[in-house]
Amino acid sequence: MARLFPVRHVMGYIFSLVLSLVALGVVFWDLNVTAGLTILTVCAVIQASLQLVVFMHIGETSNKRSLYLNIILAVFVGVVTIFGTLFTMIWGFR
Amino acid sequence: MKWSEFFVTGEPMIYGAMVSIVLVSLAILVGLTYFKKWGYLWREWLTTVDHKRIGVMYIIAALIMLFRGGIDALMMRTQLAAPEMKFLDAQHYNEVFTTHGVIMILFMAMPFVIGIMNVVIPLQIGARDVAFPRLNAVSFWMFFAGAMLFNISFVIGGSPDAGWSAYFPLASLEFSPTVGNNFYSLALQISGVGTLMTGINFIVTILKMRAPGMKLMRMPMFTWSVLITNVIIVFAFPVLTVALALMMFDRIFGSQFFTMSNGGMDMLWANLFWVWGHPEVYIVVLPAFGIFSDIISTFSKKNLYGYKSMVVSMLAIMLLSFLVWAHHFYTMGAGAMVNGFFSITTMAIAVPTGVKIFNWLFTLRKGKISFTTPMLYAMGFIPIFTIGGVTGVMLAMASADYQYHNTMFLVAHFHYVLIPGTVFGVLAGMHYWFPKIFGFRLNEKLGKSAFWLIIVGFNVAFMPLFFLGLQGMTRRQYTYSESTGFGPLNMIATVGAFVLAIGFVVLVYNFYWSFRHSPRNEGGDPWDARTLEWSTPSPVPVYNFARVPEVHEQDAYWYSKKKNVPLYSGEYESIHMPNNSGQPFILGIVMFLLGFFLVFSWFIPAIIMGVVTVIMLAWRSFERDHGYHISAKEVMATENKLRGDSV
Repeated sequence: MARLFPVRHVMGYIFSLVLSLVALGVVFWDLNVTAGLTILTVCAVIQASLQLVVFMHIGETSNKRSLYLNIILAVFVGVVTIFGTLFTMIWGFR
Repeated sequence: MKWSEFFVTGEPMIYGAMVSIVLVSLAILVGLTYFKKWGYLWREWLTTVDHKRIGVMYIIAALIMLFRGGIDALMMRTQLAAPEMKFLDAQHYNEVFTTHGVIMILFMAMPFVIGIMNVVIPLQIGARDVAFPRLNAVSFWMFFAGAMLFNISFVIGGSPDAGWSAYFPLASLEFSPTVGNNFYSLALQISGVGTLMTGINFIVTILKMRAPGMKLMRMPMFTWSVLITNVIIVFAFPVLTVALALMMFDRIFGSQFFTMSNGGMDMLWANLFWVWGHPEVYIVVLPAFGIFSDIISTFSKKNLYGYKSMVVSMLAIMLLSFLVWAHHFYTMGAGAMVNGFFSITTMAIAVPTGVKIFNWLFTLRKGKISFTTPMLYAMGFIPIFTIGGVTGVMLAMASADYQYHNTMFLVAHFHYVLIPGTVFGVLAGMHYWFPKIFGFRLNEKLGKSAFWLIIVGFNVAFMPLFFLGLQGMTRRQYTYSESTGFGPLNMIATVGAFVLAIGFVVLVYNFYWSFRHSPRNEGGDPWDARTLEWSTPSPVPVYNFARVPEVHEQDAYWYSKKKNVPLYSGEYESIHMPNNSGQPFILGIVMFLLGFFLVFSWFIPAIIMGVVTVIMLAWRSFERDHGYHISAKEVMATENKLRGDSV
């Protein structure tokens, strides 16, 4: 039975739905900005890790070098997009 | 909703288009029934998972879209030919330049590039198919669903009219109340998902499925360029998908991401669009660089000069492409710090690109050059692309950019980059690899006539736009008065556009002529080329390689020809092949309908289609499909037939 029913994946799925609902809750509970952003950031980090570990099998490869290269590139693009946007739209805006 | 709102009405040209769509569809249906080709179409094409067939379908779709976008271009050029023309009104002109841009970039350049990738990459690395053949078919049908959804907008509902970049607040519900921009948002989301899956598919294929001995630094340059392109796709396309989803929420579900009030930020759209949009430029141009590298080295009879620096410069372009997007909106109000930063990064891209240009020139140096049609496109590309690149550096200077931002100068610049960079690239690739798929070459004489018409027409059409831009003619203006003095140069540009169009007609006529008259049986290697794909018989059998090749050097096939080292050894073995499937095609139809219903905010049918999509995913999850085997005996028989009994 354990082989037939993928408990880990179903739990992961349910948990990712719960995290999405919590994030949606920020809108409905009418929180202040700090509390809202804190909840969103925490949810986002857990959500991303959940997807990577449970569904994308990160770390199950023997080739650590390509894994780290991938992560570095992903972090590079993410950081550039987020901080670049803040730079062009807010900090560096006249 | 009234029928008069559903269909676009009031334009004689649109009525003509409707009639011709109905007539052509009827002709296709009647023709298929009359010649009893329904079964053939379904079994051999619509359900295929063979990378070569999928590639061919991509290229056919891209050529059709080239003509659709080309007619848009001719309509614009006709309207601008003389002062105060009354050919198109302002609204119609807006719709035409929007669809021209979207179609040429996303539904012509992208599928053409992806089509050539599909045809060539597995052959070039010695693989029997891509890593996920079924997913590849899904990618194609998602792209096709998106393309069709976008194209029907001009007879049903009205086309988007806010430019291909769809800037907010113009593209918001407030200023573009028709469903046009809903089509934009949904069609691009659907085809974008397909592109993203292609990206993953090809990264896995290239990293995991190379023939034994083909190390990364032994890969053909086209394979390298495609690997890097697909990495850019995987990292850039999610940004577009998210931006389009937010746009859809804004336009259909009443959210406020890009509005000017309630905490929305209209400029964030332009920002997100170009975070994807600038890497996108490199997504369509890098594969062309790879194609030119292979072609120039083949027809100079030399190995590529500076292989390592080619790879390094492409990696540099990949990283820099994510650092330059703000140069698209220098004039939007950013401070000197921001504009200065992005000026420098933009100009830095000219360095690796320059390295590549010099590598191509040094490859040609002292080569034994033969001027075939693909080589002519490569030769035309180098000087024209350099003009495009240099004007790009001019535009990169933020303070100077205030002078020609959004003028015809910009329009001339990006056509000077994209047409030689992408269009010449894919046309060269198409002429070059055509015999591999179909077993005969396109006629050289017709091919060269088309090339000369295209290159002359192109320069006559776009060179005047540089000067018009410097004189102050802005892009996207639908008419001008005689006193501006823009008339004569515009007339020249229009003449050039029509010459360009004749060139494309000759190019397509060449398919017909060559199909009728080209000599067959030229063997698997008509160009005396260098890479693995030419070691297979033409047309390539469904399994590509009867035996897996063994690679010892760069340019593996050339090495094996010159040094007499056999690529293939051992006995024939049975080959495991994936089964065809109708599911990707059906999923494409479902996604098309889902998008169509959402465009018109018909939520009940849209929800039904969403449920059908989930059911199809579940169906696929529980399906058991182990493919089939081609027996060793059958493989041997096919090979003997295709190669003669010598092998």
